[in-house]
Amino acid sequence: MRATGSLAGRVTAAALGALLLTAPLFLTGGWGQYGLHVLIQIFIWSLIGQAWSLMGRFGLVSLGHGAFLGLGAYTVALLWNFFRLTPWIGAVVAVAGTAVFAAVVAYPCSRFRVVGHYFALVTLAVGEVIRLLIIAERDWTGGSLGLTLRSAESDSLLAIQFADKRVFYYGTLAVWAAGLWVWRRLDRSMARAAMEAIGEDETAAASVGIHVTRFKIGITVLSAALTAVGGVAYAQYIAYVNPETLSGIGVSLRIVFAVVLGGMYSLLGPTVGTALTIALSESLRIVFGLRFIGMAETIYGLLLVLFIIFLPAGIYGSLARLLARRPAGAGT
Amino acid sequence: MIDPIFLAEAAINGVMLGGILAILALGLNLIFGVIDIVWIVYVDLVMLCMYAIYFLSQVHGWPIWAAGLVSLGLGALLGVAVHVLVISPILTSPPINQLLATGGLLFFVQSFATFLWTTDHRSVRFSLPSFEVGGIFLPATRLIPFGISILAMLGLYLFLTRTYMGTAIRAVSQDRDAMSLMGANPRRVYVVTSAVGGLMAGLAGALLIFQYSVHPFFGGQFGPLTFMICVLGGLGNMVGAFVASFVMSEIISIAGVIWSTEMGYVIAFVVFIVMMFVRPGGILARRE
Repeated sequence: MRATGSLAGRVTAAALGALLLTAPLFLTGGWGQYGLHVLIQIFIWSLIGQAWSLMGRFGLVSLGHGAFLGLGAYTVALLWNFFRLTPWIGAVVAVAGTAVFAAVVAYPCSRFRVVGHYFALVTLAVGEVIRLLIIAERDWTGGSLGLTLRSAESDSLLAIQFADKRVFYYGTLAVWAAGLWVWRRLDRSMARAAMEAIGEDETAAASVGIHVTRFKIGITVLSAALTAVGGVAYAQYIAYVNPETLSGIGVSLRIVFAVVLGGMYSLLGPTVGTALTIALSESLRIVFGLRFIGMAETIYGLLLVLFIIFLPAGIYGSLARLLARRPAGAGT
Repeated sequence: MIDPIFLAEAAINGVMLGGILAILALGLNLIFGVIDIVWIVYVDLVMLCMYAIYFLSQVHGWPIWAAGLVSLGLGALLGVAVHVLVISPILTSPPINQLLATGGLLFFVQSFATFLWTTDHRSVRFSLPSFEVGGIFLPATRLIPFGISILAMLGLYLFLTRTYMGTAIRAVSQDRDAMSLMGANPRRVYVVTSAVGGLMAGLAGALLIFQYSVHPFFGGQFGPLTFMICVLGGLGNMVGAFVASFVMSEIISIAGVIWSTEMGYVIAFVVFIVMMFVRPGGILARRE
């Protein structure tokens, strides 16, 4: 993604930024509220997708990001409901806790070289463990019925609960932009070169002096922490957490789908993919409503399979590659 | 303290569950060993076969054995369909895309089942006797599936070792490239493997319907467990998968009696994660 370096790229980025900042001015009324809701969801899930792609692009395919998401969301929700701890502190605890958990999982994985299919399946197990633990500890967590955040009666900055969606819009927009910034920083750092070398060949990377274990744990912890931030944002916005929507194989697969669909090697790939999958499932939901339960998801699944067969590099990835090819020698 | 009779009963139930898990794991492992793709959708094919048995036996009044045979055929058909329609176009794609294609199929199958049959739980009623040995109950609904699963594994073993096709399948799983050099056609081997893997899914469906009710999200109950058994045994390693099935089923059964069903699964998964670190190549693998 070198395109943003050019003037045209900058103008487009600025225009897009201005549009996003002023969007709530246009989105008023019933449909406007719905539009805001969809955009907020896109910001949250894009952030989670970016977090996933931090690992995915280096060959660390995790099918267990639901674990980090669930940990983040439930930590903040439980601390608020039982101890009235403000989500501002709760979020710090949630992200720190998730980071520690990720380090505990990542350490043996990189130490014992669990890679490829095995890494995917180990992380899948981790996601299932968290989902099942949430269900098993039903006295605390509400089990599979989920947990509603205790209402703070009125709008409260301390509780991060607002009736006005615009607050959440700007909040999640900021978090999403911060996620992009992290992605960019990593993309331009030495760590990226090191991680790419590790992704290609661990032994060779180690032989030129790259500390393989440290980099792998670092990237996993960073990815998990960002995912937890997404979990916290989700919990605060929806004010309801449920093990099926936040943990386990279903949600983990959805995250990966969105990223692969958009393309995981580019800055905006995860966002494009997430926006597309959310737009797709929302529009299918509007078309079918409550008439044919399951039909929307059926088409969603079918389209995902077709996309993966016919657009293996992702939509945004394929487009970006096509655009990069046109100005001779511009993109490498 | 828990009554030792309960523990003994749990251990025996574990063995019987292990038989069925072994059928699932062997079917998935066979496909993985030969084609090198994990079918995330595998247990959802089992779910479709269970629905077939339910409708044939409960709605159309077929005898259960006939419905079971249809389930085998349907499983094989689904296996071939998945391979021809989804897997063969992406045989050379990166592994993540292959994984996701079968994952997308999972969404498709689950939602389509919800659309067709709603989320109601449906079960086939059996009136089978239960035996009591020394205070331990052995219901026929567990004994019969266990017996069939052992016979089926014997059959699979004979197929893989005594037939030309079986030998070809084993050869491909050992060295994919050498196989085509020998003049054998890997495409045919892939299709037959998918059919046999699907057949095992159909069989597992027929055995699971004895004890479990079927619903669109049935795959979630056994899917992750099946992947983990395959990895624990060593992906592609049939004997390892067999042993791992019983290890996992015993953990689930016994821990399920001591704590709760969910905790049984949690402990099984944690054992799996720990085992991955201790023996990354599977429980029977020699360390590289």
